[in-house]
Amino acid sequence: MTTVVIVDDHAMFRAGVRAELGTDVDVVAEAEDVDTAIAAISAHRPEVVLLDVHLPGGGGVEVMRRLGPTDTKFLALSVSDAAEDVIGTIRGGARGYVTKTITGPELVDAIRRVADGDAVFSPRLAGFVLDAFAGSIEVAAVDEDLDRLTEREREVMRLIARGYAYKEVAKELFISIKTVETHMSSVLRKLQLSSRHELTRWASDRRLL
Amino acid sequence: MTTTAPYEPRRATRDTSDSYLGGVASGLARHLGLPVLWVRVAFVVSAALGGLGAAFYAGLWMVLPTDDKFNRAAPGLEAASRDGRRPGAVRRFVDVGPMIALAALGIGIVLAFETTFGRGALFWPVVIGIGGVVLIWRQADEAQRERWLDTTGRIDPLRALVGRGTWASYARLFAGGLLILTAFAVFAFRTGQLGAAREILVAGLLGVVGLAIAIGPWVFRLASDLADERAERVRSQERADVAAHLHDSVLQTLALIQKNAHDAPTVARLARAQERDLRTWLFEEHSIDGTHLASALRGLAAEVEAGRQVVVEVVTVGDLTLTEAYAPLLRATREAVTNAAKHAGTGKVDVYAEVSPQAVEVFVKDRGVGFDPATIAADRHGVRGSIIDRMERHGGTAEVRSTPGEGTEVVLRMPVQEEKQ
Repeated sequence: MTTVVIVDDHAMFRAGVRAELGTDVDVVAEAEDVDTAIAAISAHRPEVVLLDVHLPGGGGVEVMRRLGPTDTKFLALSVSDAAEDVIGTIRGGARGYVTKTITGPELVDAIRRVADGDAVFSPRLAGFVLDAFAGSIEVAAVDEDLDRLTEREREVMRLIARGYAYKEVAKELFISIKTVETHMSSVLRKLQLSSRHELTRWASDRRLL
Repeated sequence: MTTTAPYEPRRATRDTSDSYLGGVASGLARHLGLPVLWVRVAFVVSAALGGLGAAFYAGLWMVLPTDDKFNRAAPGLEAASRDGRRPGAVRRFVDVGPMIALAALGIGIVLAFETTFGRGALFWPVVIGIGGVVLIWRQADEAQRERWLDTTGRIDPLRALVGRGTWASYARLFAGGLLILTAFAVFAFRTGQLGAAREILVAGLLGVVGLAIAIGPWVFRLASDLADERAERVRSQERADVAAHLHDSVLQTLALIQKNAHDAPTVARLARAQERDLRTWLFEEHSIDGTHLASALRGLAAEVEAGRQVVVEVVTVGDLTLTEAYAPLLRATREAVTNAAKHAGTGKVDVYAEVSPQAVEVFVKDRGVGFDPATIAADRHGVRGSIIDRMERHGGTAEVRSTPGEGTEVVLRMPVQEEKQ
């Protein structure tokens, strides 16, 4: 069973998530700020950390920064829909983002996906990603592979933003679910590694860099 | 741009996000709409040729406010920043190339100037002294920025100088002071009047110390009075804001929830509406005034949610100012969302809007019961008349895709009108 650490500064919310996850995953610890999160993650080495974006001590990004490279996967969970915080957390190393209004079964599914090394894009995150890479199709510099989404990746992102599930995306584009997952991972990688001008400016406009 | 907005003069600010010294050049470039490199080169060249640029720069540095003060995020985000629940802004030092080029250019011009006209005894001391002053001013900027982020509202005279007291701030102060002293020393050696220079320096220092003793307490009291007043004002404003908002919306919702405690769907609907409202207030900088597509769609979603037992997720990419031409698009979207809320039976509708340079596209999707599109032509007037026909009458297109048992998606497309705002 997937081991999970819940990091959130609201005790009531942690209890709620724990109850919702039920017996489908194994919640090994909870933490309420950056320091306790690092202690809990180091002690339990969970497969997945549910990480709140806003956290006392510098936010969820700070947890990932201080832990450095690790096998643990992070899934950002937030009530804030501020684009800069969400993209900042993804660029900090999270493998997905879901809002706190997500239902229990959907959250369990997202945790499983992240544990398997896949990326999890909610419609909202897909919208942010498209915004961040907006206009990249017209950009002439084709050589910078990281700096633009391929037409296929854009299509996948748009379908996710439209509310399609992975299965439906695959059916719509006549590709396998595995291929959809590959596209998602590659978008995630571009989001994390790209230094493309627009993305950098987009980020620095929002004081991420 | 709305025409009703009162005229607000555009103020130049110093741009602290893109600054090497005080952010004067980048702020000025933004204000004047010039490439920032031109402004920097102009400053360097005019500073090297006679020092006018340096004086101009210093003057602007003193009088221009920084843009930090005007940088307002949504209240929830600001609160999170103040509590340290968000990562702070990180200063970047990646782009030092232009800086080095400018420095080299400046030094080159100075040297050329010197070899052509010979050097005055005052020249190097002045340059070094200016360097020292620049460093100290730079530190004052840092300290000022930290004071704004500081919510305790107290102004500590030491903290006004060194801010949070990182090693960098002390280093800047120390190096600045050292450079100014060096300037004095160089001046003394150049003129050969070491004794005279020392006396001037000692007299100057004594004067400063004397002044500090004489008016120090007065300045200190003034500063603390100011700080108290400011803190009190900030506190009362915040209290008023929060109280007003809580009273207006949250309390009302709580009252309604108590009244409807027996009715689970209504309670869920009320909670959802309140959540949307609070979320907008706390985390979104744009209002839902309906002048832009994204805000209009959010408003529309909120209205449908309020009327029915449904959650409408809105995701938008890009945005545009609404004109009358987009009214049919919005009406068709409302119709589609309402249909989905009425007939799908899943309680969830996804709305996705994308603005590209050519067209605005809106997708309304549900995973409900669906229907066979071939059979709707006659009996479902709503879809034909108010969605498809309406869009086509106004130069757009509409497509309804539905599979029984899998859900429905309505795709609306409207070409972007030519007039650019």
